[in-house]
Parts: sequence; structure tokens; C-alpha cells
Amino acid sequence: MSTLPNPAPIITSTSQAFWDATTEGRFTLQKCDACDLVVWVPRRTCPACWQENLRTFDASGKGTVYSFTIIRKGSGEWKEVGPYVYAYVELDEGPRVQTNIVGCPVEDVHIGMKVEVEWHDTGKGAAIYRFHPAG
Amino acid sequence: MTIRGAAYVAGIYEHPRREIPDRTIFEIHTEVALGALADAGLTMADVDAVFCDSTTGMGAFSLVTHWGLQPTYFDNTETGGSSYLAHVGHAAAAIAAGKCSVALVTLAGKPRSGAGVERMSFMPGPESGFESTWGVSGAPHSYALAAQRHMHEFGTTAEQLAEIKVAASIHAQHNPNALLPYAVTIEDVVNSPMVADPLHRLDCCVVTDGGGALVIVSPEVARSLGRTNAKILGHGEAIKHTNNGRIDLTYTGAVWSGPRAFAEAGVSVKDIDYASIYDSFTITVLQTIEDLGFCEKGKGGAFVSDGALVAPHGILPFNTDGGGLCNNHPSNRGGMTKVIEAVRQLRGEAHPAVQVPDCQVALAHGTGGSLGSRHGSVTVILGQENA
Repeated sequence: MSTLPNPAPIITSTSQAFWDATTEGRFTLQKCDACDLVVWVPRRTCPACWQENLRTFDASGKGTVYSFTIIRKGSGEWKEVGPYVYAYVELDEGPRVQTNIVGCPVEDVHIGMKVEVEWHDTGKGAAIYRFHPAG
Repeated sequence: MTIRGAAYVAGIYEHPRREIPDRTIFEIHTEVALGALADAGLTMADVDAVFCDSTTGMGAFSLVTHWGLQPTYFDNTETGGSSYLAHVGHAAAAIAAGKCSVALVTLAGKPRSGAGVERMSFMPGPESGFESTWGVSGAPHSYALAAQRHMHEFGTTAEQLAEIKVAASIHAQHNPNALLPYAVTIEDVVNSPMVADPLHRLDCCVVTDGGGALVIVSPEVARSLGRTNAKILGHGEAIKHTNNGRIDLTYTGAVWSGPRAFAEAGVSVKDIDYASIYDSFTITVLQTIEDLGFCEKGKGGAFVSDGALVAPHGILPFNTDGGGLCNNHPSNRGGMTKVIEAVRQLRGEAHPAVQVPDCQVALAHGTGGSLGSRHGSVTVILGQENA
């Protein structure tokens, strides 16, 4: 299994707190105090009731593969890494997040697979979240 | 008020070339604009409305500057490859409201030979930071997520997706301008290299330079032209997005745009004689056919098997120009050519081998953006004068 590049994410003033938490190994989500909705991606106003009552909490880092593909050949710095998996993982808290699945042969990934988060430091003030099969 | 019968597509033009290294994007816009106006029997001096996407500089500024126009109406709606279908609906609404009477819609781009300094870029959105670090470098990667989930939930197979490519390729044989003017088999598709599981290379559309244009006019102007025009019967549009992280990859925005268009047109799926279905990938067609109601959700694989899409006698003749899968996908945006081929069918100007007999009502559908995240879905229904 090859090592994937760790590109730095685009960080805005809105997403800064999320990415700061990643450097401590915490996957944070927001929940609306007014309507209880768990929100993804981070923002200032709830996308259901439009109140500014979003509270940040630490998610479990556990989830299930909702869908995936094996990208056979990437481009740029991904060109030589071999096949890799791009996926949606449904977090136990509800949101489906885009990510990579690592830590197992690409052929082993399947919809419904239980996975857990791991962190890859970008060296630029943020770590990106990937998921491996749950132990 | 509806737009039913409020406007007509009077002029169409598809650039005949698929690789155009010797023209700028603006020169291609001009070429297709003049082509569609000539087809309508009009000139640039008649144009009072300009519709374009966001790849032409800032809105319509550069195009109207380039052409020396003073339009009374303009619209730069950007929903990727479905933009031009939205422009049809918006132009009809503007004409119905008396804002303009001759609307010009153009598309041009050069992804095959390289756009050079005209290369477009978009400002990142709030979601971009969470979607740009996973090695996704092409549309197939995102559409593959939708295909994989559809297969998982409904048992759709690679061979069923391949049927869609096969049907398009049978049509493309009759189009001398098509990039891939030859028939392929199911085996050809499933044995072509895997790009992003489960999508093979032949599940993907072509990459072409080129463009196209439409001229949309008021009923008064249409009558003065003395030719067969396509009446605009209805239009529906929708944006499907990631829904606060609860995206469902098994359907498209056509579940919303389709019913809106059918209601406005006053027709049902049974009335559709021909359909241009956006075909960036085979999965795009499969999901759209289900979502527009041509078959039950999840039954698209069975529906497209055994030649259902093959003109002229299949249950649902589609993309008789060869579609984006074989003919043309100019600027990586297939919506313009979808409208153009639907108008050809209504005029009886499709290739005789694929012309649908007595084509009275045609549907054109666009899917711009990505099935894996967010896209604009636009459905347009066109018909003969008495439709």
C-alpha cells in the first residue's frame, strides 16, 4: 500500500476552528442548539433554521462506507501513487463526508464497511482525515 | 403564466469541428452565433438578448463588447453543462414578459486542444476545503461514487451501463462529425480500461473543442421566418446538492426538474417521441431516465437493455447524434448539443437512419456539475407547432 500525498486544505475564517482541532486529532462537528441538527460542513448559521446557535462537539471518528471508487490513476502528485480509494463515509453522527479509505488493499473496500478515522499531518497547520477499517 | 408556446427555437448550430487549436474561444462563440442566426434567417443586428455561461469573462460583458451589441436583456446563469437548457427556459420567460424577442445562446470551449490563457477558474466555495484533498482530479471520480451506490442498492451491472454507450455509438456511425463515429459492443465497454470503479473509459464522454448556439424568438418573429421552428412547451430546473452531508447518490435533480417541465408542457412521459439525455457518463443517463419517470427507480438497468434507446424504433430513442458519449461534449458541457439534436428531430433533420418518424414532442435534459456532490438539472420540452 502506497503513501498518499497530504495536500493542505483551503482554510477560511469559518473553517479555521475545525482545522485547528485536527492538529489535536479531534474530528469536530457542529450541532444546532435550536433545532438539534448535526451540521456538515462547518458554517456560522444552521442550514435548516438559519440561527447562529451552532455548538461544536467532538465526533466519534467512527463511520461506515456509503460509497467509494478506486481511482486507478491520479494526476499531479497523485499520479505515481497507484490505485487509491475515494469515498463517502457516513459518520455515526449522520453526515456523509468525502475522504480516502486507507489501511487495507483497495480491493477490500466495500459499501457498508465499518471504518475509523486516522490523521495525516499536512505540515501546514492542519491534518487531513482518512479512514481505515475498524479494528 | 407559463412559458408554454411563448417562444420558439428558430436557429441552431453545432460547430462541425472537434479539435480547434487555431481559434480562440471568443472566435468560436462568434462562429456558432453567426451559424445559428443564419440558420434562423436572422442577423446579429436582430439580437436583443444574450445568454452565456461564466466562461466568457465577467458575465456577458466580453461577448457583447466583442459583438458590438446593446442587448435589452442578458443572463449568465451558470450550472455547468446544463446552463444552456436553463438559458432556453429563461429566454422563453424573458420573451413572455416582453423583455426581448430574439435571444442568442452560445457555448464555446477548447478542453481538447487546450484553452491557454482563456482557461477558466472558479472561486472556491465553503465546501471546497473538504472536497479538494482526496486526489479527485476528474469528473469520472465523482460520478463513479454514484454508479457504485446505484449498483449496490439496485443490482445495476456494468453490462447494463454499457448498453447506453452501445446505443449512442450505433447512432454516432451516421454522424460524420462525431469524434467516435463507429459502433462498439458491450464487451468493448466492459473490457476498456477501468478509470474509476465501476466506470470504464468507454463509460465516459468524449473530450472535444467546439461549441454551439441557439436562437430563441417570440411567436411573432417565428411566424415571420417562414420555417419549421421548435415550440418551447415547458422547462424545469433544480439544483441537487450535498444536503448538509446527507447526500443520496442514487438520484439526480431530474426528480424535481422533470415534473416541473412536464407540468408546464402539459405532457407526460408517454408523449415523448425523442429524448436528448445528458450523457457525461453512462450512469448519468441511467439515473436520469429513472428520475424523469421513463421507468421505476432502480429499474434503469433493465430498461436500457435490449436496444430500448436505439433510434428510430426503440422505446425511448435517445441522443441520435451520438451524444456526448461518442459525438461531441464541447467545453466539457453537453447541454447545448442536447437541445440542438432535439430540434433536429422535431424538424425532421436528423440523419435518416436515426430520424424518429413523426417526432411531435421531444425532451432535452441537462446535468451540469457532478452526481457525486452538486449539479444543476434542467429539463426542456419542445414540440411541433400543433403539439
